[in-house]
Amino acid sequence: MAAVSVENIIMSYGKKKQKINALSDISFSVAAGELFGIIGPDGAGKTSLFRILTTLLLADSGQASVNGFDVVKDMKQIRKRIGYMPGRFSLYQDLTVEENLHFFATIFQTSFSENYNLIKDIYVQIEPFKNRRAGQLSGGMKQKLALCCALIHRPEVLFLDEPTTGVDAVSRKEFWDMLQGLKKQGISILVSTPYMDEANICDRVALLQKGKILSIDSPAGVIAHFKNPLVAVKAKQMLALLEKIKTLDFVQDAYPFGEFHHVVLQNEKAVPSLEQELEAADLGHITMHKVQANIEDCFIQLMKN
Amino acid sequence: MNNDTAIRTHDLTKRFGGFIAVNKISFDVKKGEIFGFLGANGAGKTTAMRMLCGLSIPSDGMATVAGFDVYKENEKIKKSIGYMSQQFSLYDDLTVKENMRFYGGIYGKSNQFIKEKTKLILDQLQLKNEANLLVKSLPLGWKQKLAFSVAMFHEPEIIFLDEPTGGVDPVTRREFWTMIYKAAATGTTVFVTTHYMDEAEYCDRVSIMVDGRIEALDTPAALKKNYNTNSMDDVFLQLARKATRKSD
Amino acid sequence: MKQFFVFIKKEFYHIFRDKRTMFILLGMPIVQIIIFGFALTNEVKNAKIGVLDFAKDAASTSLITEIQASRYFDIAQTLSSQKEIEPVFQKGNVKLVIVLPANFNAELTHLHTAKIQIIADATDPNIANQLTNYASAIIRDYQQRITENQQLPYTIQTQVRMLYNPQMKGAYNFVPGVMAMVLLLVCTMMTAITIVREKELGTMEILLVSPARPFRIIVAKAIPYLLLSTINIASILLLSVFVLGVPINGSIWLLLGVSMLFILVSLSLGLLISASADTQQTAMFIALVALFLPTVMLSGFMFPVANMPVVLRVLSNVVPAKWYYNIVNAVMIKGLGVQAIWKELLILSGMLIFFLGLAIQKFKIRLA
Repeated sequence: MAAVSVENIIMSYGKKKQKINALSDISFSVAAGELFGIIGPDGAGKTSLFRILTTLLLADSGQASVNGFDVVKDMKQIRKRIGYMPGRFSLYQDLTVEENLHFFATIFQTSFSENYNLIKDIYVQIEPFKNRRAGQLSGGMKQKLALCCALIHRPEVLFLDEPTTGVDAVSRKEFWDMLQGLKKQGISILVSTPYMDEANICDRVALLQKGKILSIDSPAGVIAHFKNPLVAVKAKQMLALLEKIKTLDFVQDAYPFGEFHHVVLQNEKAVPSLEQELEAADLGHITMHKVQANIEDCFIQLMKN
Repeated sequence: MNNDTAIRTHDLTKRFGGFIAVNKISFDVKKGEIFGFLGANGAGKTTAMRMLCGLSIPSDGMATVAGFDVYKENEKIKKSIGYMSQQFSLYDDLTVKENMRFYGGIYGKSNQFIKEKTKLILDQLQLKNEANLLVKSLPLGWKQKLAFSVAMFHEPEIIFLDEPTGGVDPVTRREFWTMIYKAAATGTTVFVTTHYMDEAEYCDRVSIMVDGRIEALDTPAALKKNYNTNSMDDVFLQLARKATRKSD
Repeated sequence: MKQFFVFIKKEFYHIFRDKRTMFILLGMPIVQIIIFGFALTNEVKNAKIGVLDFAKDAASTSLITEIQASRYFDIAQTLSSQKEIEPVFQKGNVKLVIVLPANFNAELTHLHTAKIQIIADATDPNIANQLTNYASAIIRDYQQRITENQQLPYTIQTQVRMLYNPQMKGAYNFVPGVMAMVLLLVCTMMTAITIVREKELGTMEILLVSPARPFRIIVAKAIPYLLLSTINIASILLLSVFVLGVPINGSIWLLLGVSMLFILVSLSLGLLISASADTQQTAMFIALVALFLPTVMLSGFMFPVANMPVVLRVLSNVVPAKWYYNIVNAVMIKGLGVQAIWKELLILSGMLIFFLGLAIQKFKIRLA
């Protein structure tokens, strides 16, 4: 049985005149025990999708189920079995770390000690601050506390909506390590993120843009779909370089990428042509080498097609 | 004061009671430079940026922005800088045009100037047809680009960007950075914070703050060499892990 | 059940940890009682007056002493001629001048009749009216006493009694009004705000996704406010009895019972507001405009409903506070029993069922 199954979900906002499709005909499924990532920028429809799956919103049409329970009919069953961490920090800022945990444990009809094993690894990191009010924690600590609260009743499926947004790189890395640990405990996890580089840690990802799924596959599978040759180039005058590359007709796309510009070429034959063109242009210290595309390159290509 | 320097700080410090948010930071930013200002949550980035924008008086040390002293001339500083953050940028319930008119007005620009500049920006962003739409009806990516143009409306010498690309799709993020490149090419100094480490690579120089201090400041290439790695992400992680401070 | 208690406990944490909430909840009633009871009273105390005594005999002196001794008046000017009267009024030094004619004692003892002139500054007619009433009352008292001493066969007495409020104390009028206002503030506004705050913070999302029954969440949120309101009623009643000297003439249990009914009406109004508002600001705005203003204006506690235009009189019937105000007036001040207020009780109960039903119907178990 799939942990999450979504079939032809359509969801729109606004009045008749200006109807905006938050989700247009989305279908996918998450296997039990899988760490599944929904990768997409703000406004892609990630939050709407999460709210439909956590029974908070009703879709216009389509069907969805969590662990076999229908999100509309079996609302109560689902609410007992899932853990949810909304995008905004949503714990009680004026309660201490411990009070928040005990409160949510009781709300979910369990106790802090009952499932302590599950959250132990995460909790020990915030334990030194257990008497501090949640509002006074740092961003990373807040995320950890929110995760503990979402896990306190040992949910079967965990929904994490943008858990790493606005969190610094160190905390983000720690957070993903924690998710790997939870996966080992057999919890199915559906997580969304706007950070493309986080896709690689998921078992499978769905790239979501403007309410449409661009691609669903394992990260390696998504990358394998990127067929064009990709070249990273660098010069002293980066802006002039980019403008020059964009004028070349064998270049499909070019964009800044870290310290380089990534150049998507139409075919293998274009690689030497690019080399020639750039050497002819006087842009100073040109270096170029072929690179493997990553999820972000794929996302850009899929977005433009 | 060197004419090529846009921002200069020396031992700039901010204390809140016993807590030292920013601890003796010193750096220079050259005119037309894209300066990346990185740091973990709570490292003191926002506090430092506020002092440079003339919003907060330092506890100690010196700083000049566009040649003006942050203690005494903060009104002059405000006129010479532009500011854009992820949270506050534009009025959602005003149209694209009205937003520009408003910001032009705040900076005391003439009607003629506002009119011409508005036309120029609408052309550049290809927003001519959307000029009279409410900002809230625009997609997020457009809003961010528009916000940047509006922050640049009064042609400031220095522009401060506080996590300008959070949550934006990868294509728009790059279009955004192309705009930053162009602004820098025309001599505007860009001071930018970001959580995306690949964006740190776009900067001419990057400083990384840890626990209120600047722990590293160099070009991305030199930083990677010094820390013996090939990604800025790793440089950042190596430095930020040293942090002992854990509160915002 | 454990869920329920943990919820209530959490709600108390929120209240106790926010000084502003604490003040509104527990300080406001006291402040309001004190403001209304003392500062805003229309009762006159120690008004400055002038006396022009042409007689200067035994009778006039003792009458003046009596006036001076009363808590209403304070003789600020002793005048010596008619000409001085005008200037003291113009300067605003006094609000009233009492003129005692020459031969006051002689006329009083021999003719059994004497004339006293009372001149009042009628710029504020209400105050002038009150002051002359007080002065006449003191003079009548005096007259009565000397007549008793002489034991004459016929004495004409004017007797005016102020029903229910013999000293015409403003507090009698305000206490029921303040009770209605405070309960509305605490139960309606605070309840609505705390529920909406959970929506704003996003914690409502988590609560809705939990197995906690949505309606139980709401009831649990209301309970602390119910408890605090009873404390407020107690403190208002204690203050009014022991500080303002307003007695509870009727049954205290009946008074507490009807207050409980009104609290429930207010709570259901709070729930109704929270169901339709998405931000704390909106909740506050609705509470103020839709509830607070009508309560102050139309419940009869500031302005008598009977004197209002028909439209407002009709409108005042939908203001719950009006009925509660009438009940408290009847029970607390007039000392009446259930038979006098059954109509109001019925109306309030009807309102409770209606608002609660609407609130339950509008309460969302989902987000949008």
